[in-house]
Amino acid sequence: MHERKDVVSSPCQPAANKPQLTLRFKIDEKDFLIAGESASKTKKALQQLGLKQEIVKNIAIIVYEAAMNIVIHSNHGEIKIIIAPNQVVVLSEDVGEGIPDIELAMKEGYSTAPNEVREMGFGAGMGLPNIKQCSNELDIKTTVGLGTTLRATIYLNPADTKQVETGTMYV
Amino acid sequence: MTLKEVQDILNAEVICGEHLLDREVKTAFACDLISEMLSFASSDTLLITSLTNPHVIHTAEVMDAIGVVFVGGKKPSEDIINKLDHGNIPLLSTPLLIFNACGLLFSNGVEGCMRGKTW
Ligand SMILES: Nc1ncnc2c1ncn2[C@@H]1O[C@H](COP(=O)(O)OP(=O)(O)OP(=O)(O)O)[C@@H](O)[C@H]1O
Ligand SMILES: [Mg+2]
Repeated sequence: MHERKDVVSSPCQPAANKPQLTLRFKIDEKDFLIAGESASKTKKALQQLGLKQEIVKNIAIIVYEAAMNIVIHSNHGEIKIIIAPNQVVVLSEDVGEGIPDIELAMKEGYSTAPNEVREMGFGAGMGLPNIKQCSNELDIKTTVGLGTTLRATIYLNPADTKQVETGTMYV
Repeated sequence: MTLKEVQDILNAEVICGEHLLDREVKTAFACDLISEMLSFASSDTLLITSLTNPHVIHTAEVMDAIGVVFVGGKKPSEDIINKLDHGNIPLLSTPLLIFNACGLLFSNGVEGCMRGKTW
């Protein structure tokens, strides 16, 4: 952890939006199994932290879909699950082709997945809509030819929506 | 009905999770698309599918399925079953195809499930 002088918090009570724990998964090209594994591991970790079942499920789904999108649609990337007392942020960053039309990509049923991927049961064009449904906030930034950053936020306490510190984004 | 009754009705083989067959089955969800399972299926539902790859087992775990029925006599390979931590999810295999499997369960009182918006 690097020190930041501009973040002030009382020593006995950590700020609600300060990350307490970050899980990281490196996602390599064509590593199809890593997506489900990352989702399973995330689920177990969040269960141990005592988060509600429905919230744990939603976060696991987001991780699964985001990781699968990195595997299928990009070159490689990383998923971080940043856990703070008031929220969980799933940050997915990849290096790849990017998304030329985000609005189109968000449409249910829109998919550019190749056939070999469809045979495995993916490519329904439901991943991004599903991520949106499972999160309170979704922000996608993409640069064609460079890559995509997806940030999904789940608030644990809807009254407290102060943004968590996640550091710089690549795109 | 219980998973044990599901096994009888579908004439299914239990691949693993024999000790969990007293679980109550109220709803089921049948499909062969991972993202549809993840977006429509509610928790505590029985998953019916003809996909037998490792993704389905991960998906069942993530969506809190109470069990998985593979149709058409299909089964995941030994390798997948041994390697994956399918923890608390019983896996069954029925010789029936998906329409008949669903029809039989439906006529015996199992309902379809649909995950609503959660909050
Ligand atoms: N990380 C990404 N990089 C580049 N393109 C992406 C990325 N994520 C999504 N896309 C584009 O957006 C489309 C829709 O994505 P979405 O996840 O909704 O569906 P899918 O991945 O094609 O199928 P499914 O998620 O149902 O298996 C993809 O087909 C792809 O064209
Ligand atoms: Mg997808």
